[in-house]
Amino acid sequence: MIKVEKLSKKFGNNEVLHDISTEIAKGEVVSIIGPSGSGKSTFLRCMNMLETPTSGKILIENKDLTDSKTPIHKVRQQIGMVFQHFHLFPHLTVLENLTYAPMKAKGIKKPVAEEKARQLLKKVGLSEKEKAYPGSLSGGQKQRVAIARALAMEPELMLFDEPTSALDPEMVKEVLDVMKDLAKSGMTMVVVTHEMGFAREVADRILFLDHGVLLEEGQPAEFFTQPKTVRAKEFLDKIL
Amino acid sequence: MNLDFGQITPYIPFMLEGIWVTLKFVAVALVVGFILGTVLALFKISHIKPLNWFATAYTSIFRGTPLILQLMTFYFAIPQLTGYDISPFLSAVLAFGLNSAAYISEIIRAGIQAVDRGQTEAAMALGVPYRQMMKDIILPQAMKNILPALMNEVITLTKESALVSTISVLDLMRRAQVVGADIYRNFEPLLFVGLIYWIMVFGLSTIGRMIERRLKVSDQS
Repeated sequence: MIKVEKLSKKFGNNEVLHDISTEIAKGEVVSIIGPSGSGKSTFLRCMNMLETPTSGKILIENKDLTDSKTPIHKVRQQIGMVFQHFHLFPHLTVLENLTYAPMKAKGIKKPVAEEKARQLLKKVGLSEKEKAYPGSLSGGQKQRVAIARALAMEPELMLFDEPTSALDPEMVKEVLDVMKDLAKSGMTMVVVTHEMGFAREVADRILFLDHGVLLEEGQPAEFFTQPKTVRAKEFLDKIL
Repeated sequence: MNLDFGQITPYIPFMLEGIWVTLKFVAVALVVGFILGTVLALFKISHIKPLNWFATAYTSIFRGTPLILQLMTFYFAIPQLTGYDISPFLSAVLAFGLNSAAYISEIIRAGIQAVDRGQTEAAMALGVPYRQMMKDIILPQAMKNILPALMNEVITLTKESALVSTISVLDLMRRAQVVGADIYRNFEPLLFVGLIYWIMVFGLSTIGRMIERRLKVSDQS
């Protein structure tokens, strides 16, 4: 479903991603882990062109995102993204946050969009909050709304950029539970995370990035018990 | 003390009519300034270089020369160059509108750029086209940053509008001068319109403070 070919990204002279190639299959859940500053988030953000790669290709369902002729906002409609800091629209209610993009970007009629939005809110356990504004929600609730907002576009792929890093510890679980359900439903997911428990339990594959290089990839069971590289071993020793 | 307000009494209705002229002038200039200022602000944040340059040059020229000079230029240059006999009111609206567009564009640009970058990213990631995103997501949030500064611009414009008396627009200021010339006493009519200006500005600042308070209340995110 996703094919990354020799992806590199430079900010000025600073190379944050170096020659990354990988493939992600439909329905696969992939966790990207690595120390801070390793380029995990930049890598993820290249997958919907929030960052423009310096060189290399990213193909999603055979559409090359780096080709300037590709209508990027159409492709983005199929890629949901969840941010570390939620980025809900503060001037819209929870329900409006969910219906806005389907109505404006896909031209879906209001009653249809609202029905879908209510289903999703029910799924993330926030039905009673549909009229609330984001400012009145807790961090965990905001992130669940953000996930629902991304799902409202009926994406084929979901990108998560450290979705639990800005949450209070007691709110992490409610967000991870929603993500687990999503993974079980067969959604293709790419998750940048520091939650090793989640990566181990839910991911089908781990990508380990260090200094912009894809050092290692493998099954979680293998990666967490017998990392192949010294760098990955050091990293795991520090955090586990 | 040689003060005699009795003499200006017959002229009071004449001077009060100036309020309407001044307000009408300020309102029209403000609408011109706001629309043009919004366009210029969008030019300034655009990725298209020539638009950036145009907006920057525009702002630099209108902020870098005296307003009274701009006013005179429109009033005298347009008839000379085009042969069109421009009315004082129209040239005043043009000069003030174009001038305040320069200031308002800076206010709006700063207001837009103060909106969290994540809002743009979230809208982009959802596949919302640029124009829709600006209209529905960014500008409504930018208004919160823009309104208080915009209120200041309205107040400045109201006071500066007295400059149009120099090209014989019959605004408050000009009317005070006319009355002064008629009764050979300048201080009383000036004092009278001064009071009117102060009341108008006081009203505007009160409205401005109310808006700011309302915005604070709704700002809970």
